[in-house]
Amino acid sequence: MSGIRLEQVTVSVPTHDGDRRILEETSLELTERRIALVGPNGSGKSTLARLLNGLVPATTGRVLVDGLDVAREGREVRRRVGFMFTDPAAQLVMPTAREDVALSLRRTHPDKAERLAAADRVLADFGLGGFGDRSVHGLSGGEGQLLALAGVLATEPSVLVADEPTTLLDLGNSRRIGDLLLGLPQQLVLVTHDLELAARCDRVLLVRSGRVERDGDPADVIDHYRVTA
Amino acid sequence: MSAQLLGLHQPGTTLLHRLPAGAKLVALMAASLVVVVVDGPPSAVVFVAVATALLAWSGARLGLTLRAMRWLLLTAAILGAWTVWQNGWPRAVEVVGDLVALILLATTLTVTTPVDEVMDAVARGLRPLRRVGVDPEAVALAFSLMLRAIPTTITLAEESRDAAVARGLERSPRALLIPFVVRVVARARDTGDALHARGIGD
Repeated sequence: MSGIRLEQVTVSVPTHDGDRRILEETSLELTERRIALVGPNGSGKSTLARLLNGLVPATTGRVLVDGLDVAREGREVRRRVGFMFTDPAAQLVMPTAREDVALSLRRTHPDKAERLAAADRVLADFGLGGFGDRSVHGLSGGEGQLLALAGVLATEPSVLVADEPTTLLDLGNSRRIGDLLLGLPQQLVLVTHDLELAARCDRVLLVRSGRVERDGDPADVIDHYRVTA
Repeated sequence: MSAQLLGLHQPGTTLLHRLPAGAKLVALMAASLVVVVVDGPPSAVVFVAVATALLAWSGARLGLTLRAMRWLLLTAAILGAWTVWQNGWPRAVEVVGDLVALILLATTLTVTTPVDEVMDAVARGLRPLRRVGVDPEAVALAFSLMLRAIPTTITLAEESRDAAVARGLERSPRALLIPFVVRVVARARDTGDALHARGIGD
């Protein structure tokens, strides 16, 4: 299992009134297989998640993945840490499903024929076998999120960070994607408002007002969140 | 153009599908040059006829294509009316004909060629420029992102228009344009984040 470590990390953003702290000093060690981040909108959950593969740089402190410093060895870290966004439309950057998965495979499969064959295998593994030539633009929310997940996992990362991956989905697709994520062999860091999904994780962190307010057993943390929300 | 037309490859077995992507790109560039350089309404009409024939040969579905081109045709009509008013009929036929021909030719390329092949062809063609600091893979990726951005931008424009209509502001250019620009910039940032997260460009 991968090891993620945050050492005295803070994140600030510049505003016209000076810097605003959006994540207070945080030190964490994340080694469990399935970890959920819950909390109100604007609490700093996504910022915390985005630190893990360098989408947001730490203002102070450092973030380590398997001992690699995200700020200094970002390229290596991004090969290990896949990231799934809330809106698949933002994540799918190529015109068709096959091409989008193939884009992820350009580094590992330089030969084009092998790359396309590998992309087709990945699509089939995710139940998207007939979608290769489909425009990513015309996919439903569930199909798009499934394809986004296929594109991320095609590179075989050891960690998957998913930022509210079920928020835009209907109940059926939300369950389908949630079950898929929780069943992955990779370490999962899941930002979610779905407390049922969070309860199925091994560890839950409640993030509020830019700090980790509670951290530990899912039932305890979720109960506390329900009472204090 | 609508979201369904641009950036969508339609598999097929025609000669146009079988031609190498590099050859089609060079042909498109050459044809574009000819369309721009050759003056006169008769030549514009010929260009549109040839481009239409090529698109039909590619197997692009007629209904989808016409539906997808309704905004283009409207834009061309407005441009044509303006040019008639400013410069007369012959000039309008030439301007609108050249524009329509170029878009039909570009559409023929996207319908018959997977973007992956276009990327490979662009990267191959730019490889000699590596010694002067050009990154062929980055240019090829930018090319395909541009194709993907077209239907996305159209969707954002439709969303912005719907939002303006829902608030009874359909006649206000400001209520349409400002949210549209904000949405486009936000989507560009999201796309940048997605590429960064996938390690593309590292």
